[in-house]
Amino acid sequence: MSNTAISVRDLSKKYGERMAVSHATFEVPLGTICGFVGPNGSGKTTTMRMLLGLITPTGGTGEILGESIKHPEKYLPRVGAMIEGPAFYPALSGKENLNYLANLGGFSTDRVQHLLEQVGLGDRAKSKYKTYSLGMKQRLGIAAALLPNPKLLMLDEPTNGLDPEGIQEVRALLRSLANDGTSVFVSSHLLSELELISDYLVMLRKGEVVFTGKMSDLMLSQQPVVIARGANEDDLELLLSIAKVAGHQAVIRDGAVHVEGPASWAVDFNRAAFNAGITLSQLTPQLPNLEETFFEMTGEK
Amino acid sequence: MWNIVFSELRKLRRPTLFLGTMGAVVFFSALFSSLLFLLIDSPQGNADRGRVVTREVLSLATGGVQGFSSVGGFLGIIALCVFAAQTAQEYTYGTLRNILVRQPGRLRVLAGKFIAMGFFALVMIILSAIISVAASVILAPRAKVSTDLWFGADGRHALLTTFINIIISVVGFGTIGMVLGLLLRSPISAISFGVLWLLIVENLLIAVKNSLEEWMPGAQLAAIASGGAPSGMGTGIEYSHALTIGGLYVAVGAVIASILFVRRDVSN
Repeated sequence: MSNTAISVRDLSKKYGERMAVSHATFEVPLGTICGFVGPNGSGKTTTMRMLLGLITPTGGTGEILGESIKHPEKYLPRVGAMIEGPAFYPALSGKENLNYLANLGGFSTDRVQHLLEQVGLGDRAKSKYKTYSLGMKQRLGIAAALLPNPKLLMLDEPTNGLDPEGIQEVRALLRSLANDGTSVFVSSHLLSELELISDYLVMLRKGEVVFTGKMSDLMLSQQPVVIARGANEDDLELLLSIAKVAGHQAVIRDGAVHVEGPASWAVDFNRAAFNAGITLSQLTPQLPNLEETFFEMTGEK
Repeated sequence: MWNIVFSELRKLRRPTLFLGTMGAVVFFSALFSSLLFLLIDSPQGNADRGRVVTREVLSLATGGVQGFSSVGGFLGIIALCVFAAQTAQEYTYGTLRNILVRQPGRLRVLAGKFIAMGFFALVMIILSAIISVAASVILAPRAKVSTDLWFGADGRHALLTTFINIIISVVGFGTIGMVLGLLLRSPISAISFGVLWLLIVENLLIAVKNSLEEWMPGAQLAAIASGGAPSGMGTGIEYSHALTIGGLYVAVGAVIASILFVRRDVSN
């Protein structure tokens, strides 16, 4: 039995002359939460659609739960998915929509009410879908993905439209599912969320995989940074040149200078800034977070 | 496949769709049948396009199902709209991806939806038959139409034949609706195209060139519903011709749409 939930090799999708996904190769181990990140248009949704049998790959191979993606009927009964936002029948209630999907997949409708309660829609189960807020629609989408009691859950931007409390609930739900052995493959533009919950990461840029591996490996491979801000905004350029003269990579981002270097170097930086007549209002050594790493690797900012 | 049928029926039985459609069926079935008897002496005629259906014709064994037969084409248009809307809305709502994730066998999905909508159409036809025949039976004495032959063996045979013909015709119209829904992927476009073609374009083309009637899909399906013209009469479309040409249209359309549905990427 395979110990990977998802395994793809050279997976590609071409639309006309444009490569939406180019030779993507990655694996997602069973029982992990894998974040799937990349800028808009990098091919995340196209990849997910290929994995779900909705679109045909132009090239490459893949396996989901040990079955080839050429035969989605063999693994989809064990997969829950929400792709590109929730999509339901507006004139049916949340419960009717889930009953419809349960009937379709041959699952018992007994779990429907429990799932609605699990995602916080228990009291609105009988309201029509068209009366739901964006956050409620999103919750219904997650409930629908949980219908088959999945071994693999694939969610595309599941926290879109959720309030902070809702985001926290989804985070807790995904963590508890992973603890029970469900593999979770989740894309989100909220990188801070993925950083909190992901064990594993697949990063895409322009259809190509730029990183795949453990989240901890990625973060440890990154240079620590020292973030400095001058009391006067005009000092930023001077701070930048001080860092560069000292042989460090540095950029100006969000009104501060981000310098790659160990925390111990902050003392030297502070002294050099003082000697240049700059008073620092902030000097913070820190490890880069996922967002900064993402920008660094995808070259987006 | 039965999972798909039952889940589709869950969707089709929602009150606005089910009661709304059946309400329209009841109203128009009662109207078409009533007018046959209420306007029996009208010089403007008592049937579609000013045709006159006399007392003598209505007194025949087929008289009891004249109203039912004349509402057949209308039932076909309703079926076309329902089939087209129920198919195309999966694209506009984006629900097709949910369906295909839960049921990746695309031909099975199509067949299941077709059977469910066929069942919906059958309910519609049965209801129409009950209302049409009931209205005819109630209004016949007042219009001095004899109903003696309606309840004999020939009358029952006429009812059965008309019922089967209308089922074939309505399912044909529905299939065309489903094909349009799959090809155009928008309920409004599919319904507008279908209804405009059947009610306006075909009639205009036939008005310009009468012989085209023999080859128009809507005309063939309407001819099937009405039982076709008697063979060798030279006017109207013969039943066997309508069945062959109408069947070809429906079959070719269904095959093309099925191939597209199976092969096309679901990217919305």
